[in-house]
Amino acid sequence: MSARNNILQRLRERLDGPLSAPESDFAVVTNRGWGPEERLARFERLIGSVHGEVVHASRESWTTALAEVLADKGVRRLALGKEHPVAAEARRALADAEVELVDVDREIETWQQEQFETVDAGLTSTLGAIAETGSLWLWPTPDEPRLISLVPSLHIAVLDAETLEDTFFDVVEKHGWAKGMPTNALLISGPSKTADIEQTLAYGVHGPRELVVLVRHAGTTQESPDA
Amino acid sequence: MSVQTFTPREFHRQAHDALGNPQIRANFRKAMDGLMTKRRDVFSDWDLETLRELGANIRLRALAKLPDLLEQLEANCEANGIRVHWAEDGDEACRIIRGICDSHGARSVIKGKSMVSEEMHLNAHLEEAGIEALESDLGEYLVQLNEQTPSHIIMPAIHLNTDEISEILHDKTGTERSRDVDYMTAAARAQLRERFMAADVGVSGVNFAVAETGTLCLVENEGNGRMTTTVPPVHIAVTGIEKVVEHLRDVPPLYALLTRSATGQHVTTYFNMISSPRKEGEHDGPKEVHLVLVDSGRSRIYQDDELLDTLRCIRCGACMNHCPVYTRVGGHTYGTTYPGPIGSILSPHLMGLEETKDLPTASSLCGACGEVCPVKIPIPDLLVRLRRESVGEGRGNVAGAGVKRTRKEAAAWKGFEWMATHPGVWRSGTALAGKLQALMPAKLAPWTDYRTAPKPARASLHALVKQHRRRQQTDGSEGENRS
Repeated sequence: MSARNNILQRLRERLDGPLSAPESDFAVVTNRGWGPEERLARFERLIGSVHGEVVHASRESWTTALAEVLADKGVRRLALGKEHPVAAEARRALADAEVELVDVDREIETWQQEQFETVDAGLTSTLGAIAETGSLWLWPTPDEPRLISLVPSLHIAVLDAETLEDTFFDVVEKHGWAKGMPTNALLISGPSKTADIEQTLAYGVHGPRELVVLVRHAGTTQESPDA
Repeated sequence: MSVQTFTPREFHRQAHDALGNPQIRANFRKAMDGLMTKRRDVFSDWDLETLRELGANIRLRALAKLPDLLEQLEANCEANGIRVHWAEDGDEACRIIRGICDSHGARSVIKGKSMVSEEMHLNAHLEEAGIEALESDLGEYLVQLNEQTPSHIIMPAIHLNTDEISEILHDKTGTERSRDVDYMTAAARAQLRERFMAADVGVSGVNFAVAETGTLCLVENEGNGRMTTTVPPVHIAVTGIEKVVEHLRDVPPLYALLTRSATGQHVTTYFNMISSPRKEGEHDGPKEVHLVLVDSGRSRIYQDDELLDTLRCIRCGACMNHCPVYTRVGGHTYGTTYPGPIGSILSPHLMGLEETKDLPTASSLCGACGEVCPVKIPIPDLLVRLRRESVGEGRGNVAGAGVKRTRKEAAAWKGFEWMATHPGVWRSGTALAGKLQALMPAKLAPWTDYRTAPKPARASLHALVKQHRRRQQTDGSEGENRS
């Protein structure tokens, strides 16, 4: 405890006297005033610029799009939760598919090697996304643990279009993050990457090599707004 | 590649060597040009000045309340289940971390990027205790394989080019030689994934520690930070006491400034916010999380109103990317954990001016560092302040103040001051210098190592103006007509 007390005492008995704390004006990081379409367009452009793939689907038929992504990417083993509606719907839709569904509601110690070496993709829900930076936000849960968005080579994240917000600041404020943070809160913006070898960008360094964002649109029957 | 050790005491020799190394110069020039362009582009649609103002303001507020915020951070972390430790210096922090490792019988530690762990030589300390510490950030991994230290705080392996890296991976890990960056990255990925699984403890740094919620924020692109803080059963985060911020809402502006200033990215791949160890019912993540708060000279910097600004730093590295000196001599030349302008104003406090007396002079005072700093640290002013401290003309509250003071130089400046404030003496002195022009030595080492010796004019400007006026007065009417 002595280091603690010494440090705090030195800080409190400051030679040049107490400091006054300025007020902060956060206007520059909020109030973008974007509409839903512009938000989505920005999100897509930004996350696309860092190799995030965006797939659009309707709320009703998104699992068809999911099955297509899985087939396209050659996924044989998919890790996913059970309780979250995204996971539950995916499980129902994929029950008869060739893809093997891997349970994640297990202590990691019992299946770490399996997760690292044999799971091709992880499917997660998201709580929302940020248009300004092209970022998803996730609060991992026992149902959808931290590592399924990190360890498998492919991360498929399901995003509801109407949960897009303008800025990170807006998300923190509007969702009252300060009132209670989860064990782990994450912003994810693309697959993992590095430029440590002579500034050359390479994707898939320690985390996923690919990130697919499945954007679900409510009240539309079309497969994709681009179509 | 020969392994070289660098020390700030040898700054001049090391700078001379680096300037003579075309490979180093080319590697840094290319990288810094790219980073400067990317930063400029990414800020183009922002009201950058307002954002910098806010960033500076948030950091100032955090520093103004620092002791209270540290206590609040501690209380909230402890309430969340994160154990908080305090260390007066790097050695104490190393002992704390080693103690935690020992209590788990840990033999292998995997590390996320942490400059403060570099500052306290944690790896060497752990290795002495028989604990292997492996860097997992790709750049840090390469630098560690090559038995070097990082040459940039964001891009640790910036001094190496693709061929050199291919050689290192080949020599140290048996990876086949290749110029294919994806191939090399995949090789390192495979090597390190094994190590993540096997590691007993993960050690990371902290970008922002939020007092209000007891949250540790980590900024990264590679995913190694998330691996380090999620896969091993124990996570130890280590940070300087100045990294605390008051509110969660203070984080988005600082994060926006950090990624854009550092690498010109809108955002990094991951922003990882950790508020507790694995809770009952959760299936992954470390079962223990520790936070080690390190002072190591920071509370001393804190005492002085001017020096305090040093502690605003969010470690983006923009000052080095834009520094004409850093770009030419590279990061190792400084011989310190933190190179470039921020290193030159921080290292003297961490190591004392005896060790680092040349660093505040490693600048042309062009001002670029101060202009790009996302939290508006007046780096050039602080460089000047430390120059004054080093010759004993400051307030004396920097360790080693006065180390460069020599009686001869002090007397010379005293004499100059007297001359310059006595016009009569000044005039006769400069007139005399003009007459004795021929006696001026051609060599004034070290001044003339890179420049020609100054030569006093035959007549001073003062004398010439006087002469001119006199002439004008004699033929005054002609002068008026001309104008």
